Amino acid sequence: MAELKLMKGNEALAEAAIRVGVDGYFGYPITPQTEIIEYLMTEQPEKRTGMVVLQAESEIAAISMVYGAASTGKKAMTSSSSPGISLKLEGISYMAGAELPGVIVNVVRGGPGLGTIQPSQADYFQSVKGGGHGDYKLYVLAPSSVQEMADFVEDAFDIAFKYRAPVLILSDGLIGQMMEKVYLKEQKPRMTDEEIIEKYGDWAVTGKKGRERNIITSLDLKSEKMEARVHRLMKKYAQMEKEDMRYEKTLCDDAEYLIVAYGSSARISQKAVELGRKKGIKVGLLRPITLFPYPKQPLFELADQVKGMLSVELNAGQMVEDVRLSVEHKVPVAHFGRTGGIIHTPEEILEALEQKIINNGSIRHYKTREPSIL
Amino acid sequence: MTEEIIIAGFGGQGVLSMGKILAYSGIMQDQEVSWMPSYGPEMRGGTANVIVILSDERISSPYLKAFDTAIILNQQSMDKFQETVKPGGVLLYDPNGITIHPTRTDIEIYQIEGNKLAIDMGNAKISNMIILGAFLKIKPIVKLDNVIEGLKKSLPERYHHLIPLNKEAITKGMAGLIPFKVTHKD
Amino acid sequence: MEVLDIIKPENQVFCKTKLMTGCSLSYCPGCGHGTAHNLTMEVIDEMGIVEDTIGVAPVGCSVLAYDFMNVDMTQAAHGRAPAVATAISRLWPEKYVFTYQGDGDLAAIGTAETIHACNRGENIVIIFVNNGIYGMTGGQMAPTTLEGMKSSTSPYGRDIETMGSPLKITELIANLPGVYYVTRQSVHTHKHVRKAKKAIRKAFENIKLRKGLSFVEIVSNCNSGWKMTPTESNIWMEENMFPYFPLGDIKVDGKLK
Repeated sequence: MAELKLMKGNEALAEAAIRVGVDGYFGYPITPQTEIIEYLMTEQPEKRTGMVVLQAESEIAAISMVYGAASTGKKAMTSSSSPGISLKLEGISYMAGAELPGVIVNVVRGGPGLGTIQPSQADYFQSVKGGGHGDYKLYVLAPSSVQEMADFVEDAFDIAFKYRAPVLILSDGLIGQMMEKVYLKEQKPRMTDEEIIEKYGDWAVTGKKGRERNIITSLDLKSEKMEARVHRLMKKYAQMEKEDMRYEKTLCDDAEYLIVAYGSSARISQKAVELGRKKGIKVGLLRPITLFPYPKQPLFELADQVKGMLSVELNAGQMVEDVRLSVEHKVPVAHFGRTGGIIHTPEEILEALEQKIINNGSIRHYKTREPSIL
Repeated sequence: MTEEIIIAGFGGQGVLSMGKILAYSGIMQDQEVSWMPSYGPEMRGGTANVIVILSDERISSPYLKAFDTAIILNQQSMDKFQETVKPGGVLLYDPNGITIHPTRTDIEIYQIEGNKLAIDMGNAKISNMIILGAFLKIKPIVKLDNVIEGLKKSLPERYHHLIPLNKEAITKGMAGLIPFKVTHKD
Repeated sequence: MEVLDIIKPENQVFCKTKLMTGCSLSYCPGCGHGTAHNLTMEVIDEMGIVEDTIGVAPVGCSVLAYDFMNVDMTQAAHGRAPAVATAISRLWPEKYVFTYQGDGDLAAIGTAETIHACNRGENIVIIFVNNGIYGMTGGQMAPTTLEGMKSSTSPYGRDIETMGSPLKITELIANLPGVYYVTRQSVHTHKHVRKAKKAIRKAFENIKLRKGLSFVEIVSNCNSGWKMTPTESNIWMEENMFPYFPLGDIKVDGKLK
């Protein structure tokens, strides 16, 4: 039986981590995600499931701990907010290179620099275009409700272990701090050491017993071997695109205009769609749930149907580039978004749709970059 | 039914917890709820506000610009949020510390002496429940029983002995509601 | 008597370390790393704990330690080995977890990870090979480079005024309550090798006691980086390194010496 609770997004994610049987959480305080480690420390999951929770000396140490835990086949995760994620990128790149499963949560705040603690989606590029060094990609899940903050923990670990790759849950201050109803799934047992050895013994470093030694490394000094490793990674990403891309469509069947938005912006855009429909504007919403793999094909197909698209993001225009790449110049695409921690209102979004797309007969998508920010 | 509410005041006035109790009460009667706070340093001594939505349907945006009801507990919030009340909507405020009273004539305005009544009750911290009572008098969107259930859910066990006091405060608030008439407009 | 008659276990006085892979070492001839590797593997073999041992390799000359040490190993980002080992040890408390790190890795870029793993008293072994130079990248100044010592990034000698003093990280971490055993050894003569092995053995045995972290520094040479012959480098080490980094136990059974 699922348990109904009123929780903050951050708390729901932390509770879900305990319930899906995560082995280790390693974190460092930073607003607006500190509730995650506070909740875990208060809950004492070591008494509930044996889960280890540790406050690390830095973001770098925390992700390195995830790297260590993942090297042994354990389910490990860390969370942070934007400036902290910049620090973690070292470890994330190493995990991608060493093909280690693990989950990283970014409750995004405004940047660059120390920025603001208010909500933002300005880490889109960092999340989907690499971020860390080298040829790698992160599987990126973007929750847009407290329920998804909880549910995506399990989804993220499933993907992480399916592909032996790090997975990012890209949330933001709005989803992390807000409270909603959440149905929490029943406690799942953590895997025993024996089960881990049995299941991941072909690669995990758990002690050389009854087999040749295992090595976890991202280093290949021979170029041919390194290239083979990169090709192996690319194959995984191609498979992710084929099998694990996720998105959600709202009122798209008869849509003449499309809003594309993820996470908190998708929630606010949904209201804008409602307001638009009340005004007689046939507008729909496509919400990418995975930001990599990106729903390129659905957008490409919708481009034959709609007259224009508006990418709504809490940033100065990042995902809009992927929308444009997806529609291949078939329709005009504009961006609307507030930055600095200001959250756009549904009214503002609708107004932007009217101004930038509906009433802008001469719109050419490559000209819209400049006026996208006031 | 959908009710979109903003509650705003100083940090420490119980703004966030009033919203939380309201949200819990909604859950008790099977509604969808969202609670979206302002967060960060502005909470410490500065203004705090929370947007609470209760609805029979799935809630789209938890962040809004226009509200059915604004519950205002200090002057800064009055200045900031008076204009966000939808025409025909409700503005409920505690006149304690308010020097510039509301001026809109297209909305319903009410006062509740939350702070004063709480001090009379011997517990200044209970003012938010008095104000909640006043709100429920205007808009009985949640039943008192469900508020009590919500309190039980949201309060740790060790505070459950305070529930009768909270109930009393809500009743006081319901009785203490005063309609406010805008007499002049600048 | 035929040669084959002599090759019998009872006559054997020396053999290849069982837990070394046999892969030819990437270290320069004369370098102390090979001996330190051998000792670590001999201890693990003699204690019979190979099935429960997990090693963490650093970045630096010993980044490829996993090519030579025939145990399960993971390779950490530069300086992060103590954090990596922390998580492994916390999640597999019965395992023998060790890091093998150089001076740049442990005492410069990984200072925070080192100090905090020590301070938390993680139940792990840190083997710290200190040769006063960045060997892998070709002889740059390390945190432990001695005053006046020349390197490619201190070509006129380490100037204390602008570059700071050589860091005695071992003395520093010995003061932390979480650290149970701290010793400084070397591996350049057979006498020192025997003592170093005893120290490594004690460190690994301490894991069973769960009293905190064991830290074995091995002051070593870098004949390539120091631009000397191996013999010269060992003499130079005795004359210059040892006075600044004196050999011996610093903390035993949780008590400072």
